[in-house]
Amino acid sequence: MIDTFVIPLLKIVIVLNATLVAVTYMVLLERKVIAWAQSRLGPMRVGPYGVLQPIADAVKLMIKEDITPVRADKWVFTAAPIISMVPALIVYAVIPFGPEVNLFGRQVSLYVTDVNVGLLYIVSVASVGVYGIILAGYASNSKYPLLASLRASAQLISYEVAVTLTLVSVILMAGTLSMVGIVRAQESGHVWFAFVQPVAFVIFFIGGLAETNRAPFDLPEAEQELTGGFHTEYSGMRFALFFLAEYANMIVVSSVATTLFLGGWLRPFPNVAALAFLDFVPAWMWFLVKSFVFLYIFIWVRATLPRYRYDQLMRLGWKFLIPLAIANLVVTGIVKVLLL
Amino acid sequence: MGEAIAFYVIAAFILGFAVLVVSTKDTVHSVLFLVLDFLFVAALYVLLQAPFLAAIQILVYAGGIVVLYLFVVMLVNLKRPPEAHQDPHRRTKLGLGLAAAVLLELGAILVYTSTRPATAAAATAALPPVTGNTEQVGWLLYTNYLIPFEIASMLLLVAMIGAIILAKREL
Repeated sequence: MIDTFVIPLLKIVIVLNATLVAVTYMVLLERKVIAWAQSRLGPMRVGPYGVLQPIADAVKLMIKEDITPVRADKWVFTAAPIISMVPALIVYAVIPFGPEVNLFGRQVSLYVTDVNVGLLYIVSVASVGVYGIILAGYASNSKYPLLASLRASAQLISYEVAVTLTLVSVILMAGTLSMVGIVRAQESGHVWFAFVQPVAFVIFFIGGLAETNRAPFDLPEAEQELTGGFHTEYSGMRFALFFLAEYANMIVVSSVATTLFLGGWLRPFPNVAALAFLDFVPAWMWFLVKSFVFLYIFIWVRATLPRYRYDQLMRLGWKFLIPLAIANLVVTGIVKVLLL
Repeated sequence: MGEAIAFYVIAAFILGFAVLVVSTKDTVHSVLFLVLDFLFVAALYVLLQAPFLAAIQILVYAGGIVVLYLFVVMLVNLKRPPEAHQDPHRRTKLGLGLAAAVLLELGAILVYTSTRPATAAAATAALPPVTGNTEQVGWLLYTNYLIPFEIASMLLLVAMIGAIILAKREL
C-alpha cells in the first residue's frame, strides 16, 4: 500500500512543486545574470537582493486581467497554454535525480518511475508540446502570433530531427532506453558519454537551445519583427503558463543532457579511486549541480550571442546539424560493431 | 477486472473522439480530436503492455503526422460556406459500397475470432529470446519480419524521393 501509492504520490507532489519553484527562480536567475553581464544590478527592491521578486511576479500575474480576444477561437485559446504546460511537467516522471537511497529505514529511489522506454517517452511527450505553440498562434486570430507560431513549430520540428538522431547514438552506447539504465551504463563504462560522444553532446546542446526557443534561436519571440511572439494576445495567468512552460522545458533539456552525457548523479571521474572522497556529496547534489551548470550556460549564451536570421537558422539545422548527427550515428554504429 | 474497466473506458474515449473527428464542423478542432484519439490509442497500447508501441504511436502520429495535418489545415482556408461543399463529382454510391465492404470485413473478423479462441500458447512459444518490450520488438523486426520491414523502408524511401521531386521541379 505504502510502496505502491503513498510514496509515488509523495514523489510526484515533491517533483512538481520543486520544479515550479525552480522555474520561478530560474526567471530571477536569468534577470540577475543578464543584469550582471550588462553591468546592472537587476531586481533589487523586493526582499534582500530581490530574492522575493518571483513571488511578487506571480502575484502580479495572477491578479492581472485575463483577456480573450473577441475573434479568438475560445476553446483552443484556453487549451493552448495548458497543452504547452502539461508535457513540460510530465516529462519529470522519468528523470532520475539520484539512485536508491535509504530514507527513514526504507529504500526510496530518487525518481518517480523508471520505464523501459524512458528516453522515447521524453521525446514523444516533448513532440506533443509543439501543439501548444501552434494552437496559441492559430487561436489568437491575429497575424503576429500566427507568424510566430509557424516559425516556432517549423523550428521545433527541424531541430527535433537532429536532437533525436543524437539520442539514438547515445542509446547505441548505452544499449537501453531507460534513463536509469543510461546512467548505470556510464557507471559501468567508467566514462561520461560526453567524452565518447562529444559531437552528439554539442549537437544536443545546440538543438536544445533551439527546441526551447532560447537565444540565439529565439526567432519566435523576436520582438522587433513580431511584437511579442506566439503569446502576444495572452495576458495574466495564461501568459504565465507559456512563460513557465518555456523555463520548465529549459530545465528538462538540462536534466536530460546531464543524464545522457554528464553521468546523471555520478560524481566526476567515477573511475578514479583517488577522487572517492567526493562521495561525501550526496548523489542528487551532483545531478543538481550539473543541471545548474547547463541552465547557467543557457543564460550566458543569451547574454552573449545575437539572434540568428531565419534562413541561417534553417540552414544550420538542415544542412549542418542533421548531416553531422547522421554521420555521428553511422560512425558510432561502425565502431560499436567492430569493437564487439 | 480493473483491466477490463480500463479497456472499456479507453475504448469509449477512442470511439467518442473518432466520432467527433468526423462530425465537428471546424477542421482545426477535428484535427485536435484526432490527436486526442491517438493519445487514447497509445493508452490502449500501454494497457496491452506494449510501452514501446505506445511511445512510438505518440511520437509518430500524435507528435509528427498530425502536426503536418494541422499546418495544411491552417494554411488552406477551409472556412467556406456550407453550400460550397456540394460537390458534383461526389461518388456517394462508391463510398457506401466501400463502407459496407469494411463493415463486412470487421464482421468477418469478429465471427472468426469468436469461433476460434485465441491461440495464446502458440503466441508465447514464439517469443524472442530477449527480455524487455523494445528489445523484443527489435528482435522480431530483424528476424521473422525482416522482409516486410525492408519493403516498408523501401516504400518510405520512394515516397520521400517522390515528395522531393514534386516539391522541387527544377533540380
